[in-house]
Amino acid sequence: MDWNTVLLLLDSTIRTATPLLLACLAGLFSERAGIFDIGLEGKMLVSAFLAAGFAYVTGSVWLGLLAGIAGSLLLSAIHGAASITFRGNQLISGVAINFLASGLTVVVSQSWFGEGGRTPQLGDGGRFGEVVLPGAIRLSEMTIREQRELPLLTRFYSDVLSGHSILTYIALLAVPLSWWVLYRTRFGLRLRAVGENPAAVDTAGISVRRLRYSAVAIAGVLCAIAGAQLSTAEPAAGFIRDMTAGRGYIALAALIFAKWRPWPALGACMLFGFFQALETRPDIFVRLFDLRVPSALLSAMPYILTVIILAGFVGRAIPPRAGGEPYVKER
Amino acid sequence: MERMPRWADVLLVPLISLILAAAISAIVILAIGENPWNALKIMVTGALGSSYAWGYTLYYATNFIFTGLAVALANHARLFNIGGDGQATVGGLGVALIALYLPWPHWTLALLAAIVASAAFGAAWAAIPAYLQAKRGSHIVITTIMFNYIAYALLTYLLTGPMKPSGTMETATAPFPEGTHIPSFRDLFSHGETILFRGTPANVTFFVAVLACVLVWMLIWKTRLGYEIRAFGFSEGAARYAGIGSTKIIVVTMLLSGALAGLMAINNTLGEAERLILNAVEGAGFIGIAVALMGRSHPLGVFLAAVLFGFLYQGGAELSLSTSIPREMVVVIQALVIMFTGALDNMVRMPVERLFANRRARGTPVAPLAGPTAERAPDRAAPPSTPTTAE
Amino acid sequence: MALDAASPSAAPPAIELRGISKAFGPVQANRNISIRVMPGTIHGIIGENGAGKSTLMSILYGFYHADSGEILIDGRPTRIPDSQAAIRAGIGMVFQHFKLVENFTVLENIVLGAEDSGLLRPSLARARRELRQLAKEYELDVDPDATIEEIGVGMQQRVEILKALYRKADILILDEPTGVLTPAEADHLFRILGNLKAQGKTIVLITHKLREIMAITDNVSVMRRGEMVATVRTADTNPQQLAELMVGRKVLLRVDKAPATPGAPVLEVENLRVVDAKKVERLKGVSFTVRAGEILGIAGVAGNGQSELLEVLGGMMRATGSVRLKGRPLDLSGREDARDRREVGIGHVPEDRQSEGLVLDYTAWENMALGYHHRDAFANGPFIDRPAIMKNTIDKMQRFDVRPPDPMLLAKSFSGGNQQKIVVAREIESGPDLLLVGQPTRGVDIGAIEFIHKQIVALRDQGKAILLVSVELDEILSLSDRIAVMFDGRIMGERIASETNAGELGLLMAGVTGEAA
Repeated sequence: MDWNTVLLLLDSTIRTATPLLLACLAGLFSERAGIFDIGLEGKMLVSAFLAAGFAYVTGSVWLGLLAGIAGSLLLSAIHGAASITFRGNQLISGVAINFLASGLTVVVSQSWFGEGGRTPQLGDGGRFGEVVLPGAIRLSEMTIREQRELPLLTRFYSDVLSGHSILTYIALLAVPLSWWVLYRTRFGLRLRAVGENPAAVDTAGISVRRLRYSAVAIAGVLCAIAGAQLSTAEPAAGFIRDMTAGRGYIALAALIFAKWRPWPALGACMLFGFFQALETRPDIFVRLFDLRVPSALLSAMPYILTVIILAGFVGRAIPPRAGGEPYVKER
Repeated sequence: MERMPRWADVLLVPLISLILAAAISAIVILAIGENPWNALKIMVTGALGSSYAWGYTLYYATNFIFTGLAVALANHARLFNIGGDGQATVGGLGVALIALYLPWPHWTLALLAAIVASAAFGAAWAAIPAYLQAKRGSHIVITTIMFNYIAYALLTYLLTGPMKPSGTMETATAPFPEGTHIPSFRDLFSHGETILFRGTPANVTFFVAVLACVLVWMLIWKTRLGYEIRAFGFSEGAARYAGIGSTKIIVVTMLLSGALAGLMAINNTLGEAERLILNAVEGAGFIGIAVALMGRSHPLGVFLAAVLFGFLYQGGAELSLSTSIPREMVVVIQALVIMFTGALDNMVRMPVERLFANRRARGTPVAPLAGPTAERAPDRAAPPSTPTTAE
Repeated sequence: MALDAASPSAAPPAIELRGISKAFGPVQANRNISIRVMPGTIHGIIGENGAGKSTLMSILYGFYHADSGEILIDGRPTRIPDSQAAIRAGIGMVFQHFKLVENFTVLENIVLGAEDSGLLRPSLARARRELRQLAKEYELDVDPDATIEEIGVGMQQRVEILKALYRKADILILDEPTGVLTPAEADHLFRILGNLKAQGKTIVLITHKLREIMAITDNVSVMRRGEMVATVRTADTNPQQLAELMVGRKVLLRVDKAPATPGAPVLEVENLRVVDAKKVERLKGVSFTVRAGEILGIAGVAGNGQSELLEVLGGMMRATGSVRLKGRPLDLSGREDARDRREVGIGHVPEDRQSEGLVLDYTAWENMALGYHHRDAFANGPFIDRPAIMKNTIDKMQRFDVRPPDPMLLAKSFSGGNQQKIVVAREIESGPDLLLVGQPTRGVDIGAIEFIHKQIVALRDQGKAILLVSVELDEILSLSDRIAVMFDGRIMGERIASETNAGELGLLMAGVTGEAA
């Protein structure tokens, strides 16, 4: 077994899992509050575009992130209006948001930058750089032979855990934070209650509407960070049309896989991130297992696994009971 | 429960939604520095102004009729089939298999075989999500989305490997043999010196689509199966009480829906490309959602909405040629139509209802309690406007 | 008729409503309603279904907003725009359908919305202490760590009461609280209410059961068709007078019928067992026989297996055991569905016409064919024979006095009574040998009740067998020839209708068998 390859693969797993994880947690907050969100994809896409666009124009990646958050929140507000205020169909709203994002990002970027639906290449100020964790060794400054002589744990720490963008660490921290918010705070209790039985929340004198809007807004912010990671965190250097490429749906799949719980969400996203990492490097598969797997199969893996989970063969996934249902007061 | 007259429900509300979508689109066009009025003129000329224009508009409309019918039929059973893309993709595989590997003496036979093959393959692709929904309660929206991606992966594999002719770089099959070439509108309508529909992809499949509209209409409103599908869509409890099996309805409806989506492949694969290309469906399955919503899940409405979207697609293509407005503007319009007619339906509907309620209140005194608030059925009852999934 | 129950005393009324009106579209649910509820009393509000009782209380709890009128709590004008305001005003409400989060614990449900701070832990700790206190004070024992889905309905109701008390409610409104309780549980509830009253709480009890009103209220207000027709001291009235006030005319509380002349057995049920999806046994070996020309009434508190019994016989649920119809065995394995049952001659008026008996978004004519749409009379091969169904519908609407007699009207636009008449017409006219009838008069106005009861008796007199399930003991007693009582999935005993009474049946309904009683 070639440890270098394994480490490379794991490193790339964490990077590809980052947007999945953020989007998955976004979906978790929204769906735990009873609002289905298949518009994760669209929110990520809009944020990816705005983050890159503003980062390029202002030269500040943080202003880019802020713009991304603003755009994503706007879509969240539309989704909230449709599903909460106007009691519309949440699935259809999500579909519409994905199209809106897919179309608008190209139309606006074409008019803004005229580069066929992409933003110009971002320079170093316009991107989130790699964060070197304390005590990590800069492996790139060593020869391969020197690297091989290091203890495995050190290499794992320096190569796999260290060296990601700040957004990756935010995503990883968001997992325990989400858990804490959901299960240890008043807000979390109410949020989970409103996804199970909004009438209970309403008769307890709490605004169902406000709770659900907050959940949808949290989802907006998390999707925005996911989108910014895609377009502005190294090695990415700008926005490309439809660059989310179905990640919103994979995140949704991971959410089901994780049965709407934060820690399992981390596991599911890492697994699906691993598939995506493998897909980009089919040679690794051959080297590791001496097995030729069509990359199409790898890219379909998250979807196939989700269908299997949904079929209930690997434990039943029970969604929040009030999910997808607009709340109508009745006696 | 105040309601509005039927014409308002069927015409006024969709019209207002459309106007709202158009208004916002106009704002977007203004924002990117173009003239919306000018854009509309280009679109009308480009999509309706000549037989060439119509040849494209109707070609796109044919695709959307099939996918729109697929979504509409499933809506009647309150199933949200978001998997039209995957079903049409796999339908294309069915067409390619019969066209490439069987000899066809005449196009009529090839067309019949393509109808059977595309419908069967499309239905097959809907079968697993249908079965999982019926038997295991797996949410059909999620499973059909997953199957879209799986279909895409499957086709990528086939078109980069087993079905790719050697020596080309394209992800496509070899061209179909001569015997499978079905007549285009140009072949059908040109006579003598006047050549109509020159160079356009519209073909005889359009008539298959029109026929499908009629058949779906009969199925939904004239047959026992249609009665059962609608009863199930309105009330699962009542269906069970009436001995209408949920498994049967879910599976049969989804098979028919998948078959309709699959039929689209005749148009784009047998009719236009004359070979199977990766991503030939180009999101038509999703446009079917907009078409079905716009058309209130009625085949006539689906037909009209499909022509409207055909117009948008062709007009949008012309727009991108002669202005700086990219083709993706159409996707924006499509999103707005889905948003207003689907998700924000109540936003449009409630003020209209209030308007009619006020007019009625002024006309007649308030009815006493429990007085029948006359709510008559339209001749063809409106389908559930917001399909969700049977749990 | 307006007797004023409010005795002149120093304390202002705990609740006073002045001129409350509320319309839903063209329907006037409450019309100019005024009422005074004195502190420390149990005040009953009685009325038929749809009389506007629940609407009125929902206004008081901030669920709906009155179009006009005034609310005074303890003599002070109070605006109640939402439930939060109602809770602040000291009002607690126990809804007919509990508002609990199923997969939360009792403690979490009680704390929800009444947390002390942003963090949960201290709130839960305080709730646990207070719960212990309240349990002692009012006989309200619950396990704080059990989840709602694990505990029974009686216990769930206690959680609802505790929720209100934890929020320091002084006024407690209970909407049809005994509908899901056994007589024993109901007695326990009444004891709790008595304790609460003794502690100075004010209680409003909404019900349509005269017995409960007479048993525990101090005053009673009667509502009819959205109006408050009278408020009287309970001690000064009697059930007959209250019934007349509710309906607005003299009512016969009895059904006229000749003694039955039972013939051969039509339905023979032996050792019927049902296990539901959650692996709970719902029917635990039920056996009985229904003969031609008789009505067998199944009495019992809701949720003791009656619904499952009807569903099994109606072909909507699997079971084990044996069921024979006119000697021929029925398949209970799930291979036969509701349609097969109709084919062998079983008609079925289901318990819930809104979610089962009718497709509310279908027209009357489409509903007249529901379940029979495959029959030759209604179909041409694969097609629906609309003219035939339409003709049939017009005929049935006339004979069953469905109003308005318009076959193109959607089912949801008919009143409850007329909806039920459509179902009854369809099922009786299909010519069944056995008619299953579940809750035939739930949510039906008195006029339609009399009509429907007559139709059922007429069918019996034609020599058909009828299995009647109802949670209304009065209905069971007045309509049945024989009565079987169900409790916890079993038949606790069978009695001849003319030889039993509500007291004896009540004991059986609580699971106390004849020998033990």
